[in-house]
Amino acid sequence: MTQKEKLVLVGNGMAGVNAVEHLLKLAPDKYEVTIFGSEPHPNYNRILLSYVLAGDSKVEDIVIHPYEWYANNHIILHTNQTVTDIDTAAQTVTSDKGLTVSYDKLILATGSNPFMIPLPGADKEGVMAYRTIRDCEIMIESAKKYKKAIVIGGGLLGLEAARGFLNLGMKVDVVHILDTIMERQLDRTASKLLQAALEEQGINFLLEKQSAEIVGDKRVTGLKFKDGTVAEADLIVMAVGIRPNVELAKKSGVECNPGIIVNDYLQTSVPNVYAVGECAMHRGIAYGLVAPLYEQGAVLAKHLAGVETAPYEGSILYTKLKVSGVDVFSGGQFGDEEGSKAIRIHDEFTGVYKKVVVKDNKIIGAVLFGDTADGTRLMQMIREETDITGLEKTAILTDSSGGGAASGVAEMKDDAIICGCNGVTKGTICSAIKEQGLTTVDEVKNCTTASRSCGGCKPLVSDLLAFTLGASYDKNAAKETICACTDHTRDEVVTAIREKGLSHVREVMNVLGWKNEEGCSKCRPALNYYLGMVSPETYKDDSTSRFVNERMHANIQKDGTYSVVPRIYGGVTNPTELKRIAEVAEKFNVPTVKFTGGQRLDLLGVKKEDLTAMWEALDMPSGYAYGKALRTVKTCVGETFCRFGTGDAMGVGIELEKRFERLNTPAKVKLAVSGCPRNCAESGIKDLGVVSVDGGWELYAGGNGGVKVRVGDLLTTVKTEQEIIEYTEAYLQYYRESGKYGERTSEWVHRLGIEHIREVVENEEERKQLCARMDQALSVTKDPWKQAIDSKKIQRDLYEVVELN
Amino acid sequence: MKTQEEQMVWVQAVSYEDLALNTGKTIRYQGEEVALFKLKSGKLHAIQNRCPHKEGVLAEGIVCDDHVFCPMHDRKIHLPSGLVQAPDTGCVQTYSTKVHEGTVFIGFPINKELAC
Ligand SMILES: Cc1cc2nc3c(=O)[nH]c(=O)nc-3n(C[C@H](O)[C@H](O)[C@H](O)COP(=O)(O)OP(=O)(O)OC[C@H]3O[C@@H](n4cnc5c(N)ncnc54)[C@H](O)[C@@H]3O)c2cc1C
Ligand code: SF4
Ligand code: SF4
Ligand code: FES
Repeated sequence: MTQKEKLVLVGNGMAGVNAVEHLLKLAPDKYEVTIFGSEPHPNYNRILLSYVLAGDSKVEDIVIHPYEWYANNHIILHTNQTVTDIDTAAQTVTSDKGLTVSYDKLILATGSNPFMIPLPGADKEGVMAYRTIRDCEIMIESAKKYKKAIVIGGGLLGLEAARGFLNLGMKVDVVHILDTIMERQLDRTASKLLQAALEEQGINFLLEKQSAEIVGDKRVTGLKFKDGTVAEADLIVMAVGIRPNVELAKKSGVECNPGIIVNDYLQTSVPNVYAVGECAMHRGIAYGLVAPLYEQGAVLAKHLAGVETAPYEGSILYTKLKVSGVDVFSGGQFGDEEGSKAIRIHDEFTGVYKKVVVKDNKIIGAVLFGDTADGTRLMQMIREETDITGLEKTAILTDSSGGGAASGVAEMKDDAIICGCNGVTKGTICSAIKEQGLTTVDEVKNCTTASRSCGGCKPLVSDLLAFTLGASYDKNAAKETICACTDHTRDEVVTAIREKGLSHVREVMNVLGWKNEEGCSKCRPALNYYLGMVSPETYKDDSTSRFVNERMHANIQKDGTYSVVPRIYGGVTNPTELKRIAEVAEKFNVPTVKFTGGQRLDLLGVKKEDLTAMWEALDMPSGYAYGKALRTVKTCVGETFCRFGTGDAMGVGIELEKRFERLNTPAKVKLAVSGCPRNCAESGIKDLGVVSVDGGWELYAGGNGGVKVRVGDLLTTVKTEQEIIEYTEAYLQYYRESGKYGERTSEWVHRLGIEHIREVVENEEERKQLCARMDQALSVTKDPWKQAIDSKKIQRDLYEVVELN
Repeated sequence: MKTQEEQMVWVQAVSYEDLALNTGKTIRYQGEEVALFKLKSGKLHAIQNRCPHKEGVLAEGIVCDDHVFCPMHDRKIHLPSGLVQAPDTGCVQTYSTKVHEGTVFIGFPINKELAC
């Protein structure tokens, strides 16, 4: 075998290591590779730092190549070691630890340095940049001690940092010099929409502000602006831009201006020295995003491997903001320029804004806000310079599923990059799908790392699945299996239960080929629910597949004690009941008695071994105040007492609660009845809200006051109280039958659409059938408290605590 | 050097027959709380009744194969070893068990340092 050539990489970051990874695939035996990195980590995904900061990922999760990868590929890795000198004549590099290594080929991938504005006071403690794991850790640490942060810079990085601070429980101001944020990626409209969305999340913006001085003694206490005002801060992060890190190159005589100048094959001015990544300057541009760096890396790798390759000719940029709850995409040239025209859609109801810029009948740029599904497809059209003459203008924006997309991927070349973040090509994905029999986006993600980072390419990966698998690929199936134990979706499982007559959790898992023999905490409760929903009269509930609250029929608290909530129908009680509750609370030394949000009394801090005795003493039903079941029906006083009331809110509420009190549902269900449109029972944010109106009742569906507040949609208007019950039965039964386990009605209504649900419940035939099945379900329910009191076995199995001595 | 066996006190706990399958039983002994599980296979496992994450009571978790899922935040804990499998790491103390004439005995370490 011939002697291997020596390849040295300076910079263990995203661009350099990616190039080496490519190279190893193309020519595994050609080079002996040595890598130097200043940071004390193996190669990690810098993009995902924002997720670490936001608490959605851990540092371990963002490592791209663990140490074993280096070892397995015989790469010598020197972390925590900075290269300080290059002798381009002798072809050696020397590190700060005094190590000298010679090279035949040298790659500089030193990335960039965050730009720090030289403000007076910028050297104070608590002023920092946001670039590395270390920075991220410092920010997380600081948040434990300090409460107010300022981020200077309203670009992508600054906004992601600000969102991270919110998640860390800090208050945060974003200071920006212009009056629009992310101005390099967004037009004015999108920028303002984004600002409003972020303000809603809790970020405060100080726009058109010029920073003048950082104040404080040793540590920063605030930021002073040119206009004389001061904003408080105990932590200041500068995210105002980056500068190519060229110190080493410059000092070694490699030409820089301001980045390391490279040609189309990433060669620098010095023979055998290459540069790739943020430190490199190609045709006057230094890129600060990962996708172009990977495109450079691919060309460099081929060149070094001696494989023929087209030159690198520059990249078209696109970005996606990684802040949960806000979808922003921007790509290409999105500004209005001469000779260009734009197609705009702005739906102020849903908050969706889309703009596509067209020049010479070609799409050259796009900005999407609120719905970014079109992003990757549009990028493809931009890259391929698709002629859109003859295409329906608005269809360009709305068509994300039809033939357009799939044929879009069909025309792409095999080496077209699908996942820019991880540099995965169409070819890689398609062969993985074929060779390893992948069928879902998640599987592709696990196998190829495509869409593992910002997730912007998920739609394209989905298109590729469709393209490769043809008709057998079901897009929706790909999206959601019940859990990682199975490849089946909720619908497939429910259909199988019905058609194959399955009757046990274990049986379902067997027949449908579960990967884990006994499932997990996600699928077990779901299967138990589906089985009970399909055959209410015959299914024997599996209490070992229920979450603690539903197995114990009491709500577990963080210290392991329980809370007990006796049923108080419609929130209406009387002195006798109250007295009994008070006496029981005294007898069992209940430390806290609290009114719940649903107008019930919560007895908190009860020991597990006291539960059954307490229920017996209470002699009131319940056991469903904690489950995926009907919890409460909140009411106002209605016409009985209120001077505005037109309907008997209490009466209807009590009747509803008595009717549905033991019903199992996909997720918890809360109802409310208000006696007039003033809505004192908050009927607008309940799973089903009933409101008395002139001459009848309105029913609102899918409201929610939880983490994601949603106002209910008007489902229907009825005349009589009897009809309220009937429609509620049909509505809840339809939810029981088509809801995914764990899916609140708010999500369910959103998924199915209120029109569809209305059609179902308003269709007399269907309504009658749903009501009949509801009857069936309700006919077999029992009060679990009573069952526990009556059964020594239940008491022993579930509530006994054995004291040994 | 004493054998591990000798450093343990075996305490008589419950009737093997009476243990419900896949349902944790809470046992208290000298201030320690133990969750005792009888799996489908008939095997017994005893672990400390507090999750290393935020002290969730493990006796109330859902049992799947030889794992229990903490009822608080869903950490997955391997019963034989007490190791937390996901989403992060850590471990809970495990205790030895044996069945003698239909009765379950739990072995408590005399030297508490015998950690997991
Ligand atoms: C928080 C954050 C979020 C981001 N989000 C996105 C995003 O959503 N999308 C996107 O496309 N991009 C994003 N980026 C930008 C992206 O991370 C960078 O473009 C990319 O990491 C640059 O790769 P690189 O290899 O050129 O540089 P780096 O990844 O910075 O690697 C350079 C490495 O070289 C080391 N080094 C430097 N000099 C020496 C020396 N002399 N000796 C040894 N080692 C040296 C450095 O320590 C560093 O580890 C984000 C960046 C940050 C900081
Ligand atoms: S909703 Fe109407 S009837 Fe009920 S309390 Fe309020 S004002 Fe009175
Ligand atoms: S709102 Fe949150 S904190 Fe309050 S009871 Fe509900 S879950 Fe607990
Ligand atoms: S306490 Fe067990 S997972 Fe949080």
